Amino acid sequence: MTTELKTTEQENWSLVIRPQRAWWDLHLGDLWRYRDLVWMFVWRDFVAYYKQTILGPLWYLIQPILTTVVFTVIFGNIAQLSTDGLPPFLFYLAGNTVWTYFSASLTSTSNTFTGNAGLFGKVYFPRLAMPVSVVISQVISFGIRFFVFLGFLFYFMASGADVRPNWWILILPVLLFIMAGLGLGSGIIVSSLTTKYRDLQQLVTFGVQLLMYGTPVIYPLSSITGGWRWLILANPMTPVVEVFRLAFLGVSAMSPVYLLYSLAFMVLVLLIGVLIFNRVENNFMDTV
Amino acid sequence: MSNTVISVENLSKTYRLGVIGTGTFFGDLNRWWARKLGKPDPYAKIGEVDHGNRFGETIRALDNVSFALQQGEALGIIGRNGAGKSTLLKILSRVTAPTSGEVKVKGRIASLLEVGTGFHPELTGRENIYLNGAILGMSRAEVNRKLDEIVDFSGVEKFIDTPVKRYSSGMYVRLAFAVAAHLEPEILVVDEVLAVGDAEFQKKCLGKMSDVASGGRTVLFVSHNLAAVSNLCQTAILMDKGRILHSGETEGVVFKYMNLNKDANSFTADLRNVQISGEPKFTSINVLNSRREPVDAVFSGESMSVELGYASTRTNPLGQVSASAIFSNELGENVICCWSDLVSFNFKNLPSSGKLICEIPKLPLLPGRYHISFNLVVDKRTTDKLHQGIAINVIEGRFFPTGKIPPRKLGMFYVEHDWKYHE
Repeated sequence: MTTELKTTEQENWSLVIRPQRAWWDLHLGDLWRYRDLVWMFVWRDFVAYYKQTILGPLWYLIQPILTTVVFTVIFGNIAQLSTDGLPPFLFYLAGNTVWTYFSASLTSTSNTFTGNAGLFGKVYFPRLAMPVSVVISQVISFGIRFFVFLGFLFYFMASGADVRPNWWILILPVLLFIMAGLGLGSGIIVSSLTTKYRDLQQLVTFGVQLLMYGTPVIYPLSSITGGWRWLILANPMTPVVEVFRLAFLGVSAMSPVYLLYSLAFMVLVLLIGVLIFNRVENNFMDTV
Repeated sequence: MSNTVISVENLSKTYRLGVIGTGTFFGDLNRWWARKLGKPDPYAKIGEVDHGNRFGETIRALDNVSFALQQGEALGIIGRNGAGKSTLLKILSRVTAPTSGEVKVKGRIASLLEVGTGFHPELTGRENIYLNGAILGMSRAEVNRKLDEIVDFSGVEKFIDTPVKRYSSGMYVRLAFAVAAHLEPEILVVDEVLAVGDAEFQKKCLGKMSDVASGGRTVLFVSHNLAAVSNLCQTAILMDKGRILHSGETEGVVFKYMNLNKDANSFTADLRNVQISGEPKFTSINVLNSRREPVDAVFSGESMSVELGYASTRTNPLGQVSASAIFSNELGENVICCWSDLVSFNFKNLPSSGKLICEIPKLPLLPGRYHISFNLVVDKRTTDKLHQGIAINVIEGRFFPTGKIPPRKLGMFYVEHDWKYHE
């Protein structure tokens, strides 16, 4: 036994393929070695998105603006929901800009295994590269939407609306980081489970829509009182959306301290996600 | 330090048979609940007796496989369908994990189970080189360095900035292979899918692989194409039912493989793709070697025959019968036509069922893989037809008295001939 151990040590194996890795062995170093691939995927998603389209990258602008117009008409004008005294259009655009990043990250990472089975079945690379690249490429579209938002913000400020951007805007990278982690973590949990249960995919599209109504996107947190408030507060996305509004519009019913809760929640989800993902990626080709 | 670069130790892979799970979470819950109550599985197929043990039914795709590969060695892996070759490849490529045992590798391993993996149709050729290179494990700097070489090798310079969806399939494959060929891994694992395509590409592909092998790097080649295996590899492994049956010098292993197939009916043509109405129909098709044993591989220069069983539901004798066997090469070009009308005048009033045998006394085909298509015509009406119904491997054999064979590019057939001196 000892001699066997010795020979293995003497031989400088660069790779050992074993049935099952230990659950803590996440081989994140592999992901780092393949960082070029992550960037290639990001770039591919971005370039391929608007090839052979008339409006090209403009699509990144049209979608949030139209959604916001619809929200303004339905929730602002018809349902007359409160917007904390902010211009409704700006209020919805702010909520939308943040929310879309999270929802897009979640939905597009949730089909990592089923959507890439063809590729995963032919060549090895750290599977995590795929969802990570998706979350990064969503940052690009967030950036575009964010600039649209800034444009409207300046326009409203110039026309004298009562909005007060403040130093909290510096926390934006943290907000992005929390959302990326939440989207990635829950997305890869779903994608790991969809290798066996395809119906989870349906649940995601539907669940994300429902979750939006459980997050202060179309209403301010201040308008929620009574029995449901704790549910909204338990939602880790609530502080993110509220703090974004606090930073750029100056009004929020929530203290930024709650972000710590979101951060902790994100770390937990991401950890569970990576662990499950790591379990599944070994053998998923046999079940998918 | 030994020279072993791949060491496979007691590798096994088990697959569960049947449908894995019911596909929905609710279904699995339902099944679990039924089992808990001692009721029969609600998802068992109708007519299938539930023995209660189906759950545990498994198949061993790989069964305790061990071998080692030295640096610079080119190893061929041959075996019938279902022998475990693909499973082995998948494990070596890290696409799936083994059930037990381990594989140790020294150096960078690259596996080509397919060319053009991850090509995006909307991206241009150049963009796809970068993308595919990254997927295969090249860094951006590496691709930058080799870009000109890759473009050159692919021969699609003119179209390099055109989206690959506008490429012809030939251009697409050439570009994809060009990327793969410049990977420069220490160990190359290749599936036989690479050895198809047009003749030029195939030659390039095999040429590149032997370059890799002779350059001191290690090649593992899985194929049905016995000719390619014997050309490329000095040693080979014969697999059957997940185990290694034989290993050693390629020649001996190939010989064993052919013996293995003697008593196997698996090379009887698949008769399900019958498209024509009418009778009689083919009931069996076999390729026989010189000793009248059913085989799927024959030597060039030896005699071989094709045996066609046919049957009809009526008993009255058949009128004018005409049968043909047409051999086509891997490019789908017909190369030989054996037609009963060409050689026989008296295929009349045959019994309604029986066998027709076509004998080729000295097979003039070059080594390679060929398909045979069959036609059965009775009274000028086609009653049965099998397009590429059976595949055979032709192996380098003794066609000429010297045992030598000419280079492949100098001819498509062997022809018996003689040279004499005349004053």
